[in-house]
Amino acid sequence: MNPSQKSENHVLLKNVHKCYGNRTVLNDINLGIRKGEFIAVVGKSGCGKSTLLRLIAGLESFDGGMIQIANQSLMGLNQKARMMFQDGRLLPWKRVIDNICIGLSSREQYKAMAALANVGLRDRKNDWPAQLSGGQKQRVALARALVHDPSLLLLDEPLGALDALTRMEMQGLIERVWLESEFATILVTHDVEEAVTLADRVILIENGTIHLDQPIDLPRPRQRSHPNFSIYMEKVLDQIMNRKTLINYAL
Amino acid sequence: MKRLKLHWNTSIKHLLPWFIPFLLVIGWQTFSSLGAIPERILPAPTAVVKSAIHLLSTGELMNHVSVSLGRALVGFVIGGAIGFMFGLMNGVFRLSDLLFDTSIQMLRNIPHLALIPLVILWFGIDEWSKIFLVSLGVLFPIYINTYHGIKSVDKGLIEMGRAYGLKGKHLFFAIILPGAMSSILVGIRFSLGVMWLTLIVAETISAHAGIGYMAMNAREFMQMDVIVLSIILYALFGKLSDMIARYAEGKLLQWNL
Repeated sequence: MNPSQKSENHVLLKNVHKCYGNRTVLNDINLGIRKGEFIAVVGKSGCGKSTLLRLIAGLESFDGGMIQIANQSLMGLNQKARMMFQDGRLLPWKRVIDNICIGLSSREQYKAMAALANVGLRDRKNDWPAQLSGGQKQRVALARALVHDPSLLLLDEPLGALDALTRMEMQGLIERVWLESEFATILVTHDVEEAVTLADRVILIENGTIHLDQPIDLPRPRQRSHPNFSIYMEKVLDQIMNRKTLINYAL
Repeated sequence: MKRLKLHWNTSIKHLLPWFIPFLLVIGWQTFSSLGAIPERILPAPTAVVKSAIHLLSTGELMNHVSVSLGRALVGFVIGGAIGFMFGLMNGVFRLSDLLFDTSIQMLRNIPHLALIPLVILWFGIDEWSKIFLVSLGVLFPIYINTYHGIKSVDKGLIEMGRAYGLKGKHLFFAIILPGAMSSILVGIRFSLGVMWLTLIVAETISAHAGIGYMAMNAREFMQMDVIVLSIILYALFGKLSDMIARYAEGKLLQWNL
């Protein structure tokens, strides 16, 4: 699907406000995410990016403004979204295949095997999660999220704990499954390179507000060697680090 | 060669734990035969085995053992079920926690064996006094460990379950109960120890059947071999119940590599 055709907003945040006690975490957030769009949210740790994701997932309530999912106000859990967590959160007492079946009705369980095959772990279906490597666990977690056919995939730094090579492999996998389907994706990450590699738009959050909303116009699959790749990265990093730069962004 | 080594390793693994008990019995028999241990202080293992065979042939031993096992089992099931239920309820429901936990913690701190005089007056010395005491002793370790196990289930896993559409009994059986299982099993193993301890004391003080009664009765007639036999029986049953608990642990926690 061509991004320009996906004009309708799947997720819409208007003046969203979130406090913990008297500390404001998110302040007046306005953001629209189109159907099938891939958004990356970056920012320093503690800037509120994970909180934003949890609000959209319906795991936490917000204190002001409104969130719409497919033109309906979000109340409680966001049923159309599936979330992937940094620590995987596989159930250690269920075998790989049974982990993927969590939340599936008995009529839908046949889908689990296809989802597992899609992430390349067909032959590990009867293993315990403890027998898998970090990258394999996240593959299973991805399969578990995708098996529900979500219209929104929420990724909360899912690759943060992986080594560099496994990470690039997983980025490729995430991009592939996203291209094959039509769900929108919000990736929270602290890695600007990862954000530029995967996202249609990079959102920078600082002190609870959106400081930058940068479309990334690079052909897919993304090549890090593309001349504009590093320019995008520099632009986002300059904003994060608050530094003045001599690069003239010719984008 | 490798196979042989593997075979050797497994037999070592199974035999070595019994090496010290075996050595003790050999030493005990040797010193008894040499006359270093007087018969009226500690009879020889052969004498104990002889009396065991004699009591088996009269049917007396089976009778006492089955009475004791019955008390232990009934008391364990009643006390365990009550402790488990309260542990679940208080672990899962806030209201029940607020209502019951403080009272249970207060009762828990009374040594249950201190209730023996009261229990004899309430129930007499028939079966129910022993079953009551065993139930009471077993209840608290299972309660505490079930409660603690449920409270300490990883919150992240529960949140994941909710986000993936699990709630109510599905959430409980998929995440909360399995998450608490290792702690519950620790409670069961601990309470099995308490079960035997309580039963020994209760049977020794007041009973007209059971292993403890057999020992007390033998004291009246200075039958040292029977007294030693009862002590060994308790040791064997204690070990047996621990083995069963460990087997259950291995089965239920096989994911815990």
